[in-house]
Amino acid sequence: MEAFTTHTGRAVPLRRSNVDTDQIIPAHWLKKVTRDGFEDGLFEAWRKDENFVLNRPERKGATVLVAGPDFGTGSSREHAVWALQNYGFKAVISSRFADIFRGNSLKNGLLTVVLDQKIVEALQELSENDPEAEITVDLEKREVRAEGVTASFELDENSRWRLLNGLDDISITLQNEADISAYEAKRPSYKPKTLQV
Amino acid sequence: MGRTLAEKVWDDHVVRRAEGEPDLLFIDLHLLHEVTSPQAFDGLRKSGRRVRRLDLTIATEDHNTPTLDIDKPIADPVSRIQLETLRNNAAEFGVRLHPLGDVEQGVVHVVGPQLGLTQPGTTVVCGDSHTSTHGAFGALAFGIGTSQVEHVLATQTLPLARPKTMAITVEGELPEGVTAKDLILAIIAKIGTGGGQGYILEYRGSAIEKLSMEARMTICNMSIEAGARAGMIAPDETTFEYIKGRAHAPEGEDWDAALAYWKTLRTDDDAEFDAEVVIDAASLSPFVTWGTNPGQGAPLSADVPDPASYEDASERLAAEKALEYMGLEAGQPLRSIKVDTVFVGSCTNGRIEDLRAAAAIVEGRKIADGVRMLVVPGSARVGLQAVSEGLDVVFKEAGAEWRHAGCSMCLGMNPDQLAPGERSASTSNRNFEGRQGKGGRTHLVSPQVAAATAVLGHLASPADLTDVTAAAPAGV
Repeated sequence: MEAFTTHTGRAVPLRRSNVDTDQIIPAHWLKKVTRDGFEDGLFEAWRKDENFVLNRPERKGATVLVAGPDFGTGSSREHAVWALQNYGFKAVISSRFADIFRGNSLKNGLLTVVLDQKIVEALQELSENDPEAEITVDLEKREVRAEGVTASFELDENSRWRLLNGLDDISITLQNEADISAYEAKRPSYKPKTLQV
Repeated sequence: MGRTLAEKVWDDHVVRRAEGEPDLLFIDLHLLHEVTSPQAFDGLRKSGRRVRRLDLTIATEDHNTPTLDIDKPIADPVSRIQLETLRNNAAEFGVRLHPLGDVEQGVVHVVGPQLGLTQPGTTVVCGDSHTSTHGAFGALAFGIGTSQVEHVLATQTLPLARPKTMAITVEGELPEGVTAKDLILAIIAKIGTGGGQGYILEYRGSAIEKLSMEARMTICNMSIEAGARAGMIAPDETTFEYIKGRAHAPEGEDWDAALAYWKTLRTDDDAEFDAEVVIDAASLSPFVTWGTNPGQGAPLSADVPDPASYEDASERLAAEKALEYMGLEAGQPLRSIKVDTVFVGSCTNGRIEDLRAAAAIVEGRKIADGVRMLVVPGSARVGLQAVSEGLDVVFKEAGAEWRHAGCSMCLGMNPDQLAPGERSASTSNRNFEGRQGKGGRTHLVSPQVAAATAVLGHLASPADLTDVTAAAPAGV
């Protein structure tokens, strides 16, 4: 995973609530067997509308998505995170994220930042009024900064440490392999098995 | 202080607990399918890792599989590559796989319980958000992303922060004609698509205790649509009876030991939930969705709501956009909405009980002109059972299409899709924009409402059919 420390970029304000992962990346894109090449599928249905915010020329190269509440609901598809990253987004700001999407984002180094809905709206307004306005997402200070806005955000220390260092979860877990073996040794025999080994 | 069911199952699976770290949980059962596993196997290969516990891992094919001509090569080359990738990965790593055409193939969440692999007090994961289905057995079951799939393959564990618990207590009797699907749609409409976020739900109360295992699976399945990763129901005699004798059910002394453990899996009387919602079962009626998220639902007897009636600005905007997408007018009676397609199937309502309920309604009747009805068993075994009961004949005689097992029209990944602008009554779980095909419009319903809708051509409940029966003498 790529480490995330701090990022500054222009924003895309997405004033919709309940953006589900089927909107972020439609199911027919999920047939791919790689983690890349999803950028053209991002918000595919909405991008057919030339006025959709992502299609506006002034949003080209923007890297911070400022979304409505309940972003990433629905399917567990990690492809939604890959699509956002493949397109170039480094961070998503919303007042509420669906649990699975949030977990997936933090495992891939896409920083999902939870801020109060009023602050999210202030950032959307700022970016709507001035598409050149930049937003800084600072994970070291756990702070979002933009013109007229300084807001701290919460992220548990463990997730923050993994993101700042770009650490791979599996390697961390395998440092405790002895604990896994000890647990396995005491599992009851009645637990279900898919194979007889 | 006592513990909730979820807390008991959680505690029994903690491999490692340390200050400032998420708990490391052991995973008892890992279900795989073709869509969310290729990148995980790729990751294992790149790091030179193996699957740690092949005996706790099982795969099937469901999302991409066609429901017609399954003996022919899969027409869509991209789908074919994805299925071949799973087959190659299963062979390379030694994972048990039930491919298309196998008698144990089917929607992954129908297959696990059917084999007896889903058991009380287990942890079950799958790269699919509807893994919450398995919570109906008192299992802690939740959907995971592909990075976590790789993590479980490599370590048989997951680092997880412990969620809070919410009781959804449903007391009383469900009125005649009101099903588990109506109940869960009503719950989601009440608490919202984000209401369960951060919680494990426990459905309890006298109305839940009376439900069959299949109905309980329908309810737990849609926990994710309320934002909860998991939903659980305490195991009881209904659960034990369902599991006993299945291929992977414990036997002999193991059965006795398992049963003794399973009986401890109840929320203690003095346990406290972090939140509680109470629902009066008797107040419910057939429920359908009108919008583009599962929380946008109402009783079938209601009208399409007026967006202006929402106080919250973002809900109002969401309702406006939903009506525009769905091609509906505020104030229009839900019963007046005409459909082109009826879909009976999916991990929500593709089990034998669902097919029986739909068949009982269409039996001796005809599907309305201009309506296409697809009936898709949740698994090959469910299909065989239905055929042995003659349900396939009932559906075909009514004018419905009887298909092979798979996810089918629940999501637009296989040939079964809505065309742009087409409208469905669907027993599946998501009415998102484009979910059933680009531009398709979905109304989520129970199997009974689906069947009645197919006969009348507009959203309807079985109770609306009485006149039709009276007007149509036998044999005509």
